[in-house]
Amino acid sequence: MRYLPHTDEEIAAMLAVVGRNSLDELFCSIPDHCRYQGEMPLPEALSEWQLEEHFAELGEVMTVGSRHKVLIGAGSAHHFIPESIRALLSRSEFLTAYTPYQPEIAQGTLQGIYEYQTLTARLLGMDVANASMYDGASALAEALLMALRIGRKKSRVAVAGSIHPHYRQVVRTYLGPAGYELVELPVGPEGRCDLSALGDLGELAAVAVQSPNFFGVVEDLELLGQQIHQSGALFIVSFSEPLAFGLFKNPGECGADIACGEGQSFGMPRSFGGAGLGMFACREQFVRNMPGRLVGETLDRQGRRGFVLTLATREQHIRREKATSNICSNQGICAMTAAMYMASLGGTGLRRLARLNYDKAQYCQERLGQVGGKVLWNSPVFNEFVIEFAERDFGPVRQRLLAAGIVAGLDLGRFYPEHAGRYLFGITETVDKAVIDRVAEEVEK
Amino acid sequence: MKTFSDLIFREGFRYTEDHEWVGTAAEHLEVGVSDYAQDQMGDIVFVELPDEGAVFAKGEQFGTLESVKAVSELYLPVGGEIIEVNSALGDSPELINSDPYGTWLVRIKPADPGQIEQLLTADAYRQMLQG
Repeated sequence: MRYLPHTDEEIAAMLAVVGRNSLDELFCSIPDHCRYQGEMPLPEALSEWQLEEHFAELGEVMTVGSRHKVLIGAGSAHHFIPESIRALLSRSEFLTAYTPYQPEIAQGTLQGIYEYQTLTARLLGMDVANASMYDGASALAEALLMALRIGRKKSRVAVAGSIHPHYRQVVRTYLGPAGYELVELPVGPEGRCDLSALGDLGELAAVAVQSPNFFGVVEDLELLGQQIHQSGALFIVSFSEPLAFGLFKNPGECGADIACGEGQSFGMPRSFGGAGLGMFACREQFVRNMPGRLVGETLDRQGRRGFVLTLATREQHIRREKATSNICSNQGICAMTAAMYMASLGGTGLRRLARLNYDKAQYCQERLGQVGGKVLWNSPVFNEFVIEFAERDFGPVRQRLLAAGIVAGLDLGRFYPEHAGRYLFGITETVDKAVIDRVAEEVEK
Repeated sequence: MKTFSDLIFREGFRYTEDHEWVGTAAEHLEVGVSDYAQDQMGDIVFVELPDEGAVFAKGEQFGTLESVKAVSELYLPVGGEIIEVNSALGDSPELINSDPYGTWLVRIKPADPGQIEQLLTADAYRQMLQG
């Protein structure tokens, strides 16, 4: 669907119909004291080349710029974006902010989202995926709310302490005012979720675990799922790096009831942390409690294949305060991007890319191990891992590397005070061997 | 949608302002929705019912009806325990459209059978709809 701004002539014609002389006059019913008086204090408009120059200057004063090699993931991964995706996205059928309510004019968008849902459901091993949420954090919060709807009279949920700290913060924001109780499960000695307290927590609607977790550690999802199901709770699998499922078992294979997470890895730039993509999928038996939009395949009156929004009767524009969730429009362009990315790679490509990420991260661990770095836990990791340098203070090394254009890891102290001085590294296919070697050499100096 | 004169009312049943009906069977009560309710909702595609053994107070929500155009809450007309849910509705929710008074949703053991006397008679319900 195209966005066509109104021309001055069209605005004048519309004002004439309603009997007003100007836009200001149209808004005259807004009381004066509620309106901004005078001119807006905005600078003069710049020409295109002046504007570009201005932003280039701003970019250069940042500590970390686009030329830096950033060896941090922590929920936002730097992956290569094929040029085909930018080209496809620039097409006007896709590049729109509008939600496709009207099937008669939005078949392209609807089919694109339908493909996204299909690919997401397959990747996560689930029966049904929605048309996406805002990001990984809001997807987790919505998954917990969904479990509370299914659990009816249960009012308590638990989340692993190894879930991304930002996700847990968003969950607290969602659940606290609603009167639900949130329990955080401790991180065990191997950097994995510790469920030993599960029996003492009473009736839980759901337990959420992230894999790979914030430390890059791949959780033993099958075992966790069994224990969680035995306790009578729903099993939610969260993630911030869906690429991992190209290599490791997906949430569905491990018994997840709901799988949700961040899809930024699939073709979206990091852009200071957004816009993201909340991937969300569940078992079919829970579909009526699933939040968000859902595109379905159907036949038109002449028996031709077509696509429409479906199960919309539970959404807020129809069901008001009893709606399954308050999410309506989101940045659907991100779902379209992920569909293009997944389709570009295919199953084989995804597996190879995941393998490449895994191998590079493995090489980085070995290389840092040779110069005194110690990987904190023995658990398997995907493209992130925590490392500590017992013999030396890594802080100054990191500063020198930063000056050389390499951002070497994230000090975990900011999120986990008990892990201060330990560093979370994120290695994707975009990190060259030479960069990893350079980090190791700097440690040795 | 039906005109008022086409609407069916079942004598002997009791009704609520939310358009549920209650019928008395041997040892229990049966609860369904009225012809007016099914007609207003249109084709019913999904029925969400509680677990057997669940206990609800009078007026408490015990399930939902989903049609092609809306989802409506179901409120229990008389407080009590759910002793049976109509499992046929899982595969055939349209039974409610075709036979609203022959299709009960749940059977309940009322906590206080006297509560049924507080509900509307068929006449009173008809008058309420006529406004």
